[in-house]
Amino acid sequence: MRRNGPLALTFHAIFVVIMVAPIAVVCLVAFTPEGYLSLPTNGFSLRWFRAIASYPEFVHAFWVSLGLGALSSFVALLFAVPAALAIARYKFRGRDALAALFLSPLMIPHVVLGVAFLRFFTSIGMGGSFAALLVAHVIVVFPFALRLTLAAATGMDRSIEMAAISLGADGWTLFRRVTLPLILPGVISGWALAFIQSFDDLTMTIFLAAPGTETLPVRMFLYIQDNIDPLVTSISATVIAITMTALILLDRFYGLDRVLAGKSDTGR
Amino acid sequence: MSAAADTAAANAAATADAPTARAPWALAAPALMLFIGVLVIPLAMTVMLSFHDWGQYKGIEPVFILKNWHEIATDPYYAEMFWRTFRIAALTTLITAVLGAPEAYILNRMSGRWKSFFLLVILGPLLISVVARTLGWALLFGGNNGLVNKLLMSLGLIGSPLRFMFTETGMVVALAHVMMPFMVLSVWAALQRLDPQIENAALSLGASPPTIIRRIVMPQIMPGVLSGAIIVFSLSASAFATPAIIGGRRLKVAATLAYDEFLNTLNWPLGAAVATLLLVALVLIVVGSNALIERRYAEVFR
Repeated sequence: MRRNGPLALTFHAIFVVIMVAPIAVVCLVAFTPEGYLSLPTNGFSLRWFRAIASYPEFVHAFWVSLGLGALSSFVALLFAVPAALAIARYKFRGRDALAALFLSPLMIPHVVLGVAFLRFFTSIGMGGSFAALLVAHVIVVFPFALRLTLAAATGMDRSIEMAAISLGADGWTLFRRVTLPLILPGVISGWALAFIQSFDDLTMTIFLAAPGTETLPVRMFLYIQDNIDPLVTSISATVIAITMTALILLDRFYGLDRVLAGKSDTGR
Repeated sequence: MSAAADTAAANAAATADAPTARAPWALAAPALMLFIGVLVIPLAMTVMLSFHDWGQYKGIEPVFILKNWHEIATDPYYAEMFWRTFRIAALTTLITAVLGAPEAYILNRMSGRWKSFFLLVILGPLLISVVARTLGWALLFGGNNGLVNKLLMSLGLIGSPLRFMFTETGMVVALAHVMMPFMVLSVWAALQRLDPQIENAALSLGASPPTIIRRIVMPQIMPGVLSGAIIVFSLSASAFATPAIIGGRRLKVAATLAYDEFLNTLNWPLGAAVATLLLVALVLIVVGSNALIERRYAEVFR
């Protein structure tokens, strides 16, 4: 019973091929020597990778995405860590409602968030600014930052804190020297998942991004609305390569399973 | 998780040195203020916006009228568009459940190294931009002589090429691919709670493998399939990138229509009404099916 039969393995093989096929085809087309989208049949060429350099807006968008993801995940944690400690440690009226509110960005369609943020930031005169984009991303990634911090704070051994208090640690020292180091793995995982969420978001960001604050997914989406050439495939292939390199490095130095530990817990 | 948090909080409340009632609110206050200021207020403004008037030349007029809601209720274009949105989401959910659940089960029976390798292969696409994944499908679909059509025809499954680009079929296929990791993950989580000894016990009592799947495995992973289905359905119904790229400019779903009203037509009140309706419909569906599932599988969730 523990073994997969030939039928199951055939199903599995087809399943995996279908899962990989669209990504593989993007990476293959990126090497085409032709000026249009085609599988490389007349040999491989790096021409579309070289072409990226002549589109500075894509390189700029990549840095915007990177900076936005890193910064919004960090800011989200500044708010999420105390909130997680409040929810994990105290039983108070309105606690469940508070948790539901903090997790609600998971349930609200991103197109609705995009619409709401566009309306809001335009009416307070912040439309199209990086600050607006940052605040919006903080809200969207907040549930991821909160959930993993919450899981870490809930499972924490509080007697260590008691010991620190009895030894005379004050509130801030207690947090900085004892609590934070103990929940740090959860905080780091929360940051990583929040970053991924921010880096990949298109639906909400496209409502807020203006020329200059366009993120990479937005720039790519807008580009393929008007142009049909292999440039976007070479950019996708580059980003996929960067992602894989980052994953391998992360696995080497930190352990992928530690980051992904909370992955099944996040629900999306 | 909430149950665990409850016990932990109860323990904390019991052991901590008499926490004041204000402490948790002081800790949560910054986040609460952020959420009220930048989430609750903008959402309320959007609902209000849907009742405002709009004209080609006068722009948005902050009056209270039901014009947009009336238009959505009476113009069959919107009924068709919402019907299409939910039809695509339902089909996508069905496909991910029918293919994703067996795959999760097969994965779970693999030996350690293969298991983690293939889990990475199937969940890895989550890290790749939806734009890139959908573009991949657009390339595979191509025109009449796209790779998918060539393959299906050479296998003798179809006689003449199918249209995938700019059709609902294409949208469902690409969306199912985008959403598949969520379903596999959800069923996978349910499988981790399943005790393999139960299967062995059934086997030793003379149950055939199909019986074991039907009577032992299926009932136990059903909560995982259903919670995966809720996630996939709500994400598919509000998906933007895939319907926009595969569906083109004419085959609209709720998210692409709202985008068009906001950034092309500039009829914000109508776009806000579409977005509000999508939000309300999804919340009702998700909360409703959650309640149903929890009642049906109360013993599994405990």
